[in-house]
Amino acid sequence: MLEIIRRLGRQITNRLWRLGFASRFFLAIILHSGTSLRRLNLTLREIYFTGVLSLIIILVSGLFVGMVLGLQGYDTLQRYGSSEALGVLVALSLVRELGPVVAALLFASRAGSAITAEIGLMKATEQLSAMEMMAVDPIARVVAPRFWGGVISMPFLAALFSAMGVFGGYLVGVQLIGVDEGSFWAQMQASVDVREDVLNGVIKSFVFGVIVSWVAVFEGYDAEPTAEGVSGATTRTVVTSSLAILAADFVLTALMFRGT
Amino acid sequence: MVAHVAGIKIGHSARIPPFFIVQDPTLNQSPLVQISDLSFSYDSRPILTGINLSIPRGKVVAIMGSSGCGKTTTLRLIGGQLRPSSGEVRVDGKVVHALNGADLYAMRRRMGMLFQFGALFTDMSVYDNVAFQMREHTDLPEELIHDLVLMKLHAVGLRGAHHLMPSELSGGMARRVALARAIALDPMLIMYDEPFAGLDPISLSIVGELIRKLNDALGASSIVVTHDVQESLKIVDYVYFVSEGKIVAEGTAEEMKRSTAPYVHQFVCGEADGPVPFHYSAKTSYRAELMERDVRRGER
Repeated sequence: MLEIIRRLGRQITNRLWRLGFASRFFLAIILHSGTSLRRLNLTLREIYFTGVLSLIIILVSGLFVGMVLGLQGYDTLQRYGSSEALGVLVALSLVRELGPVVAALLFASRAGSAITAEIGLMKATEQLSAMEMMAVDPIARVVAPRFWGGVISMPFLAALFSAMGVFGGYLVGVQLIGVDEGSFWAQMQASVDVREDVLNGVIKSFVFGVIVSWVAVFEGYDAEPTAEGVSGATTRTVVTSSLAILAADFVLTALMFRGT
Repeated sequence: MVAHVAGIKIGHSARIPPFFIVQDPTLNQSPLVQISDLSFSYDSRPILTGINLSIPRGKVVAIMGSSGCGKTTTLRLIGGQLRPSSGEVRVDGKVVHALNGADLYAMRRRMGMLFQFGALFTDMSVYDNVAFQMREHTDLPEELIHDLVLMKLHAVGLRGAHHLMPSELSGGMARRVALARAIALDPMLIMYDEPFAGLDPISLSIVGELIRKLNDALGASSIVVTHDVQESLKIVDYVYFVSEGKIVAEGTAEEMKRSTAPYVHQFVCGEADGPVPFHYSAKTSYRAELMERDVRRGER
């Protein structure tokens, strides 16, 4: 019994210690972000690798999610005789919720895991040690640009996901099923508020970008420098950031859309 | 002010790093690296206990010993990547672990390190790897960096490979590129972590010769951590033998070749058993373990 309590205590202590380390690491990234901003090419390169190269999966997923929303939304709305509101349903679902959340989950799987694996392998092959010995801080040179690359990319990816989703909803609703095109766009335009809906969606995607990028760079930097260690860190990035995104989404939604 | 670097005239705007000025190592007689009563433990496991050694200026010194005896740890302590449990490491008169972050980085700019497998940046070409430190630490114009990089690569015989990526290099070539990168800023101290590991005989001989020639040409001091006895004894001035975290023998290469000390003899001759036992220590003897097993079988 005593042994079980001791083991439990050790696990909790380890988790708390790791959380503390992750927080200090986050602080270090912020403090060392000067290099990323001064040498913008470092951050731009990461925006290309994490953002631009994620475009295919984001755009295709957005299109299909929008098409499914169009089908499901029409099926439900026509029961109440309000199929013209399909545009509103598709747009609000995407801009408020699905765009930021699904794009962030895809981003975590595609770019987050790649960032972790890259930093983890750099550690395993002593590239980070070599950088330190060359008097170059790896947090400023390697970690911070990747972090900011992810944070900057995420809102754009979420916006593109939503735009593509709306287009998918339009294809299915208007072109395939035959919902009135004027109603589709007009009701959407009238009901979607820039500040309440679009801006809140952008804020969400920014927060998710911070979460995914932070988890990804931390797991990579803290990975055991072995093949098994890097593989474990990559898995932890996807699992931790996905759960954190969903939890943060609930909190943000509760704060943003209370009673509206 | 107009200055000359590597024979090339540069203008006012360029910040000239002091490490480009090659100094005569014989002018200062104090050792470049002085390690006094150094101990280091990982958690509670002692790695080094009471090490004393010194690296004279302008010399190539080898630290030899079997795998896991604390050689690489010694290099990391000199480079300030680890903090000693007790004792001190002085480099150029300064206690390394007493330096603050900025001073430690300033000292590291005057050091070069060759890692065991090169540790080249895999997302950069050979050229960019060698240019890395110059771009990070100096404001030298790109034309001058170009000339310096090709000069360094020429010194290791790989000027023609400047456009290749690290994945396109053989093990020996990667080690030579890493060597060119380590000397990019003409350091006062070059540290080599197992520079001969995994090399074919030709590459091994080339790397060995380069270590000696570059050290002499740059007026630097070198520390070679290795367990390759034959190759290293050809090029070094002095040798320290480390076993179980302690220095067990030291002397010039010739003295070590002639030494009759049991540990040195076993190491130099590559004998399987001796002061370094063939068997990893077990709690009980093999005979006792077999007998215990038989007793247990009998009881069943």
